[in-house]
Amino acid sequence: MSPHTTPIVDTENDLELTERVIAPDGTRVANPQLDRYIQDINFQMLRDLHRDMVVVRRIDAEGVALQRQGQLGLWAPCNGQEAAQIGTARALAARDYVFPSYRETGVMYARGAAPGDYARMWRGEEGAAYDPDVLRIAPLQIIIGAQTLHAVGYGLGILHDEADEVAVAYFGDGATSQGDVNEAMVFASSYRTPVVFVCQNNHWAISEPVGLQSQYPLAGRAPGFGIPSMRVDGNDVLASLAAMRWALDHARSGKGPAYLEMVTYRMGPHTTADDPKRYRDDAELAKWRERDPISRLEAYLQSAGELPQEHLDAVQAEADATAREMRAACIGMVTRPAIAVFDGVYAEPHSGLERERDEYAAYLSTYEEA
Amino acid sequence: MVQMTMGKALNAGLRQAMRDDDKVVLMGEDIGALGGVFRITDGLQDEFGAKRVIDTPLAESGIVGTAVGLAFRGYRPVVEIQFDGFIYPAFDQIVSQVAKLHYRTQGRVKMPITIRVPWAGGIGAAEHHSESNEAYFVHTAGLRVIAVSDPQDAYRCLQQAIASDDPVIFFEPKRLYHHKGEVDLEAPLADAPPMGLARVVRQGSDATIITYGAMVRTALDAAAAAEDEGISLEVIDLRSLSPVDYETVSASVRRTGRVVVAHEASREAGVAAEVIASITEFCFEYLEAAPVRVTGHDIPYPPAKLEKFHLPDLDRLLDAVDRVMDRPNSLSGAADAKGAER
Ligand SMILES: Cc1ncc(C[n+]2csc(CCOP(=O)(O)OP(=O)(O)O)c2C)c(N)n1
Repeated sequence: MSPHTTPIVDTENDLELTERVIAPDGTRVANPQLDRYIQDINFQMLRDLHRDMVVVRRIDAEGVALQRQGQLGLWAPCNGQEAAQIGTARALAARDYVFPSYRETGVMYARGAAPGDYARMWRGEEGAAYDPDVLRIAPLQIIIGAQTLHAVGYGLGILHDEADEVAVAYFGDGATSQGDVNEAMVFASSYRTPVVFVCQNNHWAISEPVGLQSQYPLAGRAPGFGIPSMRVDGNDVLASLAAMRWALDHARSGKGPAYLEMVTYRMGPHTTADDPKRYRDDAELAKWRERDPISRLEAYLQSAGELPQEHLDAVQAEADATAREMRAACIGMVTRPAIAVFDGVYAEPHSGLERERDEYAAYLSTYEEA
Repeated sequence: MVQMTMGKALNAGLRQAMRDDDKVVLMGEDIGALGGVFRITDGLQDEFGAKRVIDTPLAESGIVGTAVGLAFRGYRPVVEIQFDGFIYPAFDQIVSQVAKLHYRTQGRVKMPITIRVPWAGGIGAAEHHSESNEAYFVHTAGLRVIAVSDPQDAYRCLQQAIASDDPVIFFEPKRLYHHKGEVDLEAPLADAPPMGLARVVRQGSDATIITYGAMVRTALDAAAAAEDEGISLEVIDLRSLSPVDYETVSASVRRTGRVVVAHEASREAGVAAEVIASITEFCFEYLEAAPVRVTGHDIPYPPAKLEKFHLPDLDRLLDAVDRVMDRPNSLSGAADAKGAER
């Protein structure tokens, strides 16, 4: 499938030139490319996707609150990007392996993260928030774009193991300017690794608009590397799911990498340390509010008479419970003893570090005796 | 025992490691049909196939970053960086990813990656082909840094590096690739000294020269020359720059009381500075003279015609020995007097 391309990036056009199956007002639109990937999706499954998005938004709000209350050092909100994350992540098989950036709260949720997993890294307790082997997600990546290469290397391993798995890299629009992301596409294309690149174009890289990163739609770059791509309405959860199924099918069937540009919007600040008022006007935000991924799906379900109040009540209760568990897990975390700062630097004994650890232990023991 | 060059010994080490463990894969530019620009991977693609000896696109960050992903999946990648000066594009992947993932994940993710670097100067190469950049990596926690200096050691250390569950930056002095020595290919690896240990390559009693890589040979030459003047020099090959084996180093310094530390790399914040600081801390009361560094200058690596003025040679080493021995040397009045006479 070839991407739609426009010569320049402009938000008005961006909104129209994407693949979608549910319009912003909730009407179902036919999409021959995507429809065949979602024929099995019934209303119950749509309600599950709705629940996922509501719960993720609640987790996200709790993350912000915990940061404001001094429980977390930082939080990177994903508010507005729930459909892109849930839609793509729900298309994954359990055996697939994800290499995320720091904003993929929805992907973590979809892969079964435990309540404390969302908070542990941002609270500063551990370098990686969870056991990568359990969630089959690599540690959250802060270095922009670095993880795309890891996904490609993992994909190369899948290829050599002749395993039926796909490696998935998530990254932002700003990341597409990085050398690593471009090198990842070169390697993935050259070796035909089973990798799906998921670029969440949320229009901003901190204060820099996507137009500074690219004067050409990001999905349009991938074909230049020999990688088929699709430009998807990332606020349409059903389209996100369908597109990801296409991409995964492509990668799984030995055809090599695929690339998705999920056109979405970061509704909140970049992180809790950011002030978007300095660089972004309210009108733009207001416009995107009309395209909110959750209300869009609600409108669709509503018009089909498939959004009973019981569902909404149950979802709200689940979201609140999840947030409570997350808060409890976060506040209940016990910081490891001081000497643990040395743990895990090396897999095997390192005499230099051991000497340093012994010195520090001796120093610490002077406090115990006193 | 067979006579072979260090290049051939490294090739044999790689072959053995690949035979021992089918998770070992090689990656790099031109390492397949060509066998690498120094032919260190010669014949390996023929023997193990293109899936285990992987020719890569020309992108250093890509090579190392892809190796990280392979390590996530249980492979043991051995990466070849074509030349020392081309490792910088991969620097982020090495120091931010390779070095840190084990720590970040509390040991759940291992990075048993070996990064082989044809390294350092003395071969009259073009710009960016002669750099001694070991200090950047020694300064990075999570990495092990090894510099080999003879065929036998290269053969064994490389296999140890590959077998290690930690990432290893493996420096191969390209000046020594054609240097021959005895190699025992049959001796069990388990009997070899661990790669973290320093070794005393020449025993002596008056002063200790501590060095590594190609400079070990220069130091041995200096020791032979000093002997003619009645000075007995001990020479230590550090082998491992992270960690440094201070047991071996301190034992020697306690006996001789005088130390020269030498390397090709620039002086400022270099390995010699670190080694001398530690010696001062560990055996200050045994020192009979201030330790002396002999290093490359704090300049970008000079053009080939000038490199001999940059690289510490036998005379600069002997001059430093004179200094720690309190004999007339370039910094003492004798030199001034000589200058005045002229
Ligand atoms: C290599 C690198 N440079 C700079 C930063 C600082 N930084 C953190 S997030 C960010 C913007 C990233 O934007 P984008 O890739 O669009 O992802 P988003 O945060 O919008 O999801 C920057 C510049 C970083 N983390 N890594």
